[in-house]
Amino acid sequence: MERSEIFEKVQEVLVDALAVDDDEVKPTATLITDLGAESIDILDISFKLEQAFGFKIAQGELFPEGVAQNPEYVEAGKVTEKGLGMLRERLPHFDFTAIEADPSVENIAEIFTVDALVNFCEQKLQAA
Amino acid sequence: MRWMWIDRIVELVPREKLVAVKQVSMAEDHLHDHFESTDRRPPMPIMPASLIVEGMAQTAGILVGHAEGFKEKVVLAKVSKAEIDLDAQPGDTIRYTAEIERFTPVGASTTGLIELFSWTAAGLSEPRVLGRVDLMFSHLDNNMGGQKFPEHNFVFSESFATLLSLSGIDSYPCPG
Repeated sequence: MERSEIFEKVQEVLVDALAVDDDEVKPTATLITDLGAESIDILDISFKLEQAFGFKIAQGELFPEGVAQNPEYVEAGKVTEKGLGMLRERLPHFDFTAIEADPSVENIAEIFTVDALVNFCEQKLQAA
Repeated sequence: MRWMWIDRIVELVPREKLVAVKQVSMAEDHLHDHFESTDRRPPMPIMPASLIVEGMAQTAGILVGHAEGFKEKVVLAKVSKAEIDLDAQPGDTIRYTAEIERFTPVGASTTGLIELFSWTAAGLSEPRVLGRVDLMFSHLDNNMGGQKFPEHNFVFSESFATLLSLSGIDSYPCPG
């Protein structure tokens, strides 16, 4: 499947799950800050991606859970080196520039972009 | 008044489908306010759309709860779609059909069809599509925030136990 086709499907999923307009779903848009996704929307998005692409997404595969609550990964409001390493390993399809520049825990939300979601789906399809 | 917006479960296919009915009644207080008469029109008792959505949430919630023997605390997390095209009035019967679309340890999504039956001199009418309501439920104890909730299952109260027993569904553990 072409990347543009994957983007279109991801866009359709996000428009449906988050009640946003097509033109808001730009590759650089972040799911939480720009598109207003809440935690239950993440589950909705996972379900809809599975439906759209026909692959299975395991719990926590797309969005690791409990990171902010783990003192090994987050200390004094900052993501630790260990936390960053875990995120890089778990989310190889994501861009960590923002969080590398400022490891504040709120910046975790910044790595969940539309582009990262397209990368994720592309890799899942290749692996299938 | 008890917060029960379905009267009877008429069909259950575990982990797949649940069908429930509700009789709309003039005994429901809110129908006298929704809507009362004005200078220009007589009273217009209509079941509020929000309560029709709640009826589907209870129908689908029981289906999702039943799937794991009511051990999970199933809470409505998102109304993915709600389309209500007809009014339900006293004397009408509403039929809710909820189906599980996806089910995981974290939660579930359901699709729902709502139909309306009205009484005529010849008996109950054929069903008309009143609307469609798709929902998402979260299993609270497995939710993504990792928060802790009380052990007691406060979601499925005694009223639900009564409803299930009335409907001949006996796999409900007594609320503790």
